[in-house]
Amino acid sequence: MDPLLVAEAAINGILLGGVLALLALGLNLIFGVVDIVWIAYVELVMLGMYAVYWLVTLWAWPVVLAGMAAVGLVAILGILVHLLIIAPILSSPPVNQLLATGGLLFFLQSFATFLWATDHRSLRLALPILEVGGMFLSFARLLAFAVSLLAMLGLYLFLTRTYIGTAIRAVSQDREAIALMGVDARKVYIVTSGVGGAMAGLAAALLIIQYSVHPYFGAAFGPLTFMIVVLGGLGNMFGAVVGSLLMSEVISVGGIITSTEMAYVVAFVLFIVAMFVRPEGILSRRE
Amino acid sequence: MKRLLALVGVALLALVPWLPLGPARLYILHVLVLVLIWAFVGTAWALMGRFGLVSLGHGAFLGLGAYTTTLLWNFLGVSPWIGTPLAAGLAVLLALVLGYPCFRFRVVGHYFALVTLALGEVIRLLIIAERDWTGGSLGLTLKDAGAFNLAAIQFADKRIFYLVALAVWLVGLWVWWWVDRSMTRSALEAIGEDETAAASVGIPVTGFKLRITLLSAGLTAVGGVLYAQYVTYINPGTLAGIGVSLQIVFAVVLGGMYTLLGPTVGTALTIALAEYLRVAFGVRFLGMADTIYGLALVLIIIFLPAGLYGGLRELVLRRAAPPRAAT
Repeated sequence: MDPLLVAEAAINGILLGGVLALLALGLNLIFGVVDIVWIAYVELVMLGMYAVYWLVTLWAWPVVLAGMAAVGLVAILGILVHLLIIAPILSSPPVNQLLATGGLLFFLQSFATFLWATDHRSLRLALPILEVGGMFLSFARLLAFAVSLLAMLGLYLFLTRTYIGTAIRAVSQDREAIALMGVDARKVYIVTSGVGGAMAGLAAALLIIQYSVHPYFGAAFGPLTFMIVVLGGLGNMFGAVVGSLLMSEVISVGGIITSTEMAYVVAFVLFIVAMFVRPEGILSRRE
Repeated sequence: MKRLLALVGVALLALVPWLPLGPARLYILHVLVLVLIWAFVGTAWALMGRFGLVSLGHGAFLGLGAYTTTLLWNFLGVSPWIGTPLAAGLAVLLALVLGYPCFRFRVVGHYFALVTLALGEVIRLLIIAERDWTGGSLGLTLKDAGAFNLAAIQFADKRIFYLVALAVWLVGLWVWWWVDRSMTRSALEAIGEDETAAASVGIPVTGFKLRITLLSAGLTAVGGVLYAQYVTYINPGTLAGIGVSLQIVFAVVLGGMYTLLGPTVGTALTIALAEYLRVAFGVRFLGMADTIYGLALVLIIIFLPAGLYGGLRELVLRRAAPPRAAT
């Protein structure tokens, strides 16, 4: 095994980890605040990727502008998902909540198939490949990583410096107490779903410059994203980032050493074992 | 009286293949066999699902079962009569390896669902990764053993498979009924309500949860074997992973998981809906059938949270039963 190849895979792992972290943070917010796992979360990313793709190819929008539009569109979509599907079942048993978003997954996947067929579509941007010390790094990935970092910083500031951000954090820490503090839970849920959607939209814009999009795109990243969220610990933003980097390293480096499937197997088994040892997330302290 | 009614019902069901079903006879029979197989799997899922053990990874046991017998038959010529107990045994073992730590360390609720979901994906990915043996995502065809081969459990005549599936389905119902009448059910219900309270009155929580999980996993593997024997083609997409695991849960929740026939009714409805949409749209609008299917599922879950059959039954029982005395 060429050490340079492994090093290259390790760096690619970190770069992918940045984008995964956006998804993990978005889902973590929703899961932590609304207490429902959106099984269809990554399907929103798929729609965002299509949005960028069509804006660029059909209407010749600049990629950056199309990406921004995707952020807004998916944020609206996130709010719609909350209002139309989540809000009516807030007090249902957890299995029904899981299944409602599971049904949404089927719906979005099939609807995308119906509208755009199963072709793999890519933007075919001619972004340069950088050579650093014998390793080849894609500029698109570096760019995606840098934007992810900026977005994480933005999210951090939003959650710590604004009133509604503080309220969101408060809900994810203690659901019962916030009603007593005079916070409007409904509003918190809607803003959270919107922010979660915006994160998915941004991730979509960053993924479409690296990967091609197809209706089953979510299947590759969906389960992985839930696992990262749980691995990092609910409500633990730092944990979500660490979990993303860990999982993307396993997949990226593992994929070079064995095969992509085996790398995913290792990642998932790691998740299962971590659940037994640290059910509250890898970064939690045992009580 | 009730027993007599059940017997008459079973006898009528057994006669279905010999009824004059018209030109679409074979197709109807095919759909009925699929309904029975998946209803059996759904019933097996509901064994644990009704006690709050929501597994999103039953595809793992299904796939393990189907691939075990098919690989044994294709490569070593081992009869499924031997393969099936082996497959069920492997599924039980897998359930034990996953279930014991899960229950020991009290992984519950969403977390249990996600751990099982990971398990389903692990099995699906392993099947794809071992493509030299398993054919990867392209799947595997069961080696043909003639039109009527009892040793290989292969029958070209759909009527025979109908009877086999009917028998297996009845066994599934019997197991459900047996658990429902036993002490286990009371204990598991208590655990489902409040684990700590159940443990405090001396119920061995881990043991009870583990036993019902092993039972459910073993039966599900048998369902996978039956599917493989009937369809004679298996692939990781239809028998393992998140997709099929969710489909099983959908059907059960749709029918209502707290009643004996709930999973069966739910399965019959989802398969009927899927088949109807498939026939109605054909290949003209790829994806349209599944789009409506997904939409229908979401709507049903939002508006009929107790499931169709469960909700109706409750309504009828409430009508029929005399008003309870105030306590």
